[in-house]
Amino acid sequence: MTRQGKVLAVVLALFAIAAITPHTTPFLLLLVTRGLIIAILAMSVDLLLGFTGLPSLGQAAYLGLGAYLAAILATRFQFGLGWDFLLVILFGILLGAATAAVFGLFALRAGGVYFLMITLALSQCVWGLAYRWDSLTGGDNGLNLLGRPTLGPIRLGNDATYFYLVFAFFVLSLLVLYVLVESPFGRSLVGIREHEVRMRILGYNTWLHKFITFVVAGGFGGLAGVLWAEVSGQVSPEDVTLTTSVDALLMVVLGGPGTLIGGAVGAAIVLFLREYLSTLVPWWQYVLGGVYVLAIYCLPDGLLGIRRAPRRPAGAGREVALIGIWRRRAEPETRDKREVG
Amino acid sequence: MDAKFWLLQAFNGVSYGALLFLLGSGLSLIFGVMRIVNIAHGSYFLLGGYVALTVIWTTGSWLLAIPAAALAIALLGLATERIFLRPLGFDVLRQVLVTFGFLLLFQQAALDIWGGDNFIINPPPALARSLAAGSLHLPLYRIFMIALAAVIGLVLWLVLEKTRIGAVVRATVDDAEMARGVGIDTSRVSMLIFALGATLAGLGGMIGGAFLGVYPGLDLDILPIAFAVVIIGGMGSLGGAAIGAVVVGLADNFGKALFPEVAYFTLYAPMVLLLAVKPTGLFGRA
Amino acid sequence: MTAKSLARIGLMALAAAFASIAARGAAADELRIGFLAPTTGPFAQIAADMRNGFQMYLDDHKGQFHGATVKFIVEDTQGKPATAVLKAEKLIKQNKVNMLVGGLLASTGYALAPVSTREKVIYISSIPASDNLTQRDASKYPYFARTSWSSSQPSHPFGAWACAHGFKKIDTIASDYAFGYEVVGGFQKTFEQCGGKIVQKIWPPINTMDFGPYIADLNPDADAIFIVPVGAGTLQLPKQLAASGNKKRVIGAGTSFDEFVLPSMGDEVIGDISALHYSAALQTPENEAFVKEYRAKYGKVPSYYSENNYTTAALIDAVMTETGGKWPGAQEFLKRLVALKINAPRGPVSFDDMRNPIQNIYIRKVEKTKMFGYPKPELWNVVIKTYPHVSQFWTYGKAEFLKQPVYSRDYPPCKYCE
Repeated sequence: MTRQGKVLAVVLALFAIAAITPHTTPFLLLLVTRGLIIAILAMSVDLLLGFTGLPSLGQAAYLGLGAYLAAILATRFQFGLGWDFLLVILFGILLGAATAAVFGLFALRAGGVYFLMITLALSQCVWGLAYRWDSLTGGDNGLNLLGRPTLGPIRLGNDATYFYLVFAFFVLSLLVLYVLVESPFGRSLVGIREHEVRMRILGYNTWLHKFITFVVAGGFGGLAGVLWAEVSGQVSPEDVTLTTSVDALLMVVLGGPGTLIGGAVGAAIVLFLREYLSTLVPWWQYVLGGVYVLAIYCLPDGLLGIRRAPRRPAGAGREVALIGIWRRRAEPETRDKREVG
Repeated sequence: MDAKFWLLQAFNGVSYGALLFLLGSGLSLIFGVMRIVNIAHGSYFLLGGYVALTVIWTTGSWLLAIPAAALAIALLGLATERIFLRPLGFDVLRQVLVTFGFLLLFQQAALDIWGGDNFIINPPPALARSLAAGSLHLPLYRIFMIALAAVIGLVLWLVLEKTRIGAVVRATVDDAEMARGVGIDTSRVSMLIFALGATLAGLGGMIGGAFLGVYPGLDLDILPIAFAVVIIGGMGSLGGAAIGAVVVGLADNFGKALFPEVAYFTLYAPMVLLLAVKPTGLFGRA
Repeated sequence: MTAKSLARIGLMALAAAFASIAARGAAADELRIGFLAPTTGPFAQIAADMRNGFQMYLDDHKGQFHGATVKFIVEDTQGKPATAVLKAEKLIKQNKVNMLVGGLLASTGYALAPVSTREKVIYISSIPASDNLTQRDASKYPYFARTSWSSSQPSHPFGAWACAHGFKKIDTIASDYAFGYEVVGGFQKTFEQCGGKIVQKIWPPINTMDFGPYIADLNPDADAIFIVPVGAGTLQLPKQLAASGNKKRVIGAGTSFDEFVLPSMGDEVIGDISALHYSAALQTPENEAFVKEYRAKYGKVPSYYSENNYTTAALIDAVMTETGGKWPGAQEFLKRLVALKINAPRGPVSFDDMRNPIQNIYIRKVEKTKMFGYPKPELWNVVIKTYPHVSQFWTYGKAEFLKQPVYSRDYPPCKYCE
């Protein structure tokens, strides 16, 4: 498919979602709304993983921060119940980004598997806070919001209305991220993913590039968090667990890393399995586990993945860089032909 | 806070660390040799406990349950490695996702096979007592855990340092390519190490079953702690795993006793700092 | 894609088709009950106990509540509040249920109560016990009622009982969250009022598995230890206490010795004393029949999770009997529900005006004994004292009780702690 063709397909799909969803069943409407929010989170993971080669195992931290911010502002200060909700969204983005800026200082010191570990440890810190800082977060019980905000004539308490708000933020996020990855900045991210040393030699400040990406991804995580708090009207430490982070990674790998929209498709599938299949059969967890396993073998590039060079047979050589799918220091010549330049 | 308090807490911390060593050393070895981040390692721990329970229920023998749990989980690890992980090569991200998938599958399977009741593995009466030293009461089972971990650690160390097999493993850890160059079958080494790691986890689940219990959710409860051990000690280092296990055991104990309000912070925040300063852990090699 | 996964997808499609047909065919005299429980994950077994309790009542009555055909729809909350909310909204909006029943964790209870207010659908909490749901927050949740208990309800009489039986100084080790605070707080209030002293309060985090650090820290001067472990810790704490050479009396929350964990416990818990609104060893004809039927059907002694849901079904049936099998509307149903007085396996149950049960509280002692003619000696919670008709406000009266803040980590303050 050509690029125009792809864009057209995505636009058509989005129109279809916007037009059809509110007329399906009430449950599907709720599910799609949640799916779009989690899709924003998945796209932020894709920005890190698919474009920059940074596999974050702690993206749930930013979702949690945004969600708790919205809940705390609403319950303690009655803030964000009207038009000021838009400010809450802004604050959520800023909080996510600011926290990512601090976390990034730690996380970006490590590469490969150590990056996975340190992002995991950081998000466990956020979880620990949510869980133990009872006076602020409500501890294990979590916090209840006071119902969704009403912006003048727009009552977000109506599920269809809230769906459209979420849909708008999803499209906006997709656009912003698309522009970002298509920009010269985005191109250099791909360059860093493929060959960081070369980019450094070419004069790029690769650390700064990665840092900015990390911060941007944190911002989108915060946005998803605010929207998430309002969709269920409830925030709890369960939202910040390892499972949420691993799920987000799976969504991206399932849908196709480096495609943005792939993360959204992955989000739809994972959410469908977790929340819809579980209403039908008690053994849904076998299916979800099976998808985790099978996706890796049957869809090495994800559903919407861009075909990459054939993967090296197992055991053929030691990967020095540990995120082996995209960084193959052992065979620089094939990589050069593929992407950089 | 007298000497008794400190002694007892230190003893508790070290005995908890001994259990963590069984779990962490396997995870660390697997990573060192194969660069596999095994999210299902906690599941091996849990399944080890369940297999031991089944053996105890059917035969009534606690002693028999030890090799049975170790062997069963070794076979499970062997199968996982050969069938699923080998084809992935050294791709950490995919390993994480596949092994997380296995975590979900094992979790549901354990629930379907053993039900969701909480169990505890009762040690033989000889180990259920406590040793009175002055006013101190030291549970014998904790002493047993420390002794067992020490013996296993010593045996592993001797095998790794003093035998030919050990030399082969060390060569693979240091430079797999070179090891292959001199004719070492690194694939078989990986297989053995993975099975060994799984064995240790299964054994840990059996031994820990008297102490932590066997219940659905134990897999995810224990996993981050196992990672903390490996991260602090450094991946791929047996000595590191031993020190990491004791450090985490002590940090957990004293953290909970002295700063109960921030119990989780005393575990994860130092981990973040250590990783930021020395990403490879205290004893790990990049 | 394998043949197996294809087959699964086929099954899924079939199930989906069935579900949609079923949803459409809502008859006039159908009572639709949405049941929420964590049927997968760590709490799956408790969820099974809950569901079995409700199901047994339904089966006993052939799925009919006085002419109304009961449609019982179980949804999996996965133990996550956010999922519980989603499933609740699904049940309300898609299945058009008349009421929600269930929930297990307090967090789920707190997540579902606002949904009931928002959607104007009844939520009957058949387990979640957070005090405030029927106390200081009750006015926020007009569609909420509870058929189980409030966490501090058994603790109040228990504190008075402890005084009367020679306990003077007590250490507490309780899980560090609302349930632990409420159970300990209620006990402390009444125990100190009659002259007892709580000399130490220790709060391990919920998923503590190794209690070593806390046990080592216990105040040696106390004459008993009051324990409130939850989840997996329920088995470990008594065991680790015994292994540490503890010779003090152990007393605690009813959930610490519930029939759900009792079969997995060792002889170290014999003699331990707790308080709850139910015991499977209760010597009444109603309970004996209930225990025997349940055990024959499901192969295990019913826990309080089973009894509470069985009784919930019985209460719903009682209202439907009054209305002749017609759904009277949410408000009318609630009004009739809380006016009921029934005799449940746990004993007589009625309600206060904040929609929490008034019921017997039993002081129970773990004994190894033969019960109800079962051949083998087993661990049972033998009832040693009954406090009849206990309200969540104990003897203080509603107005005075609600003046104090909800029990917390720091309330009541620990006056006698060092």
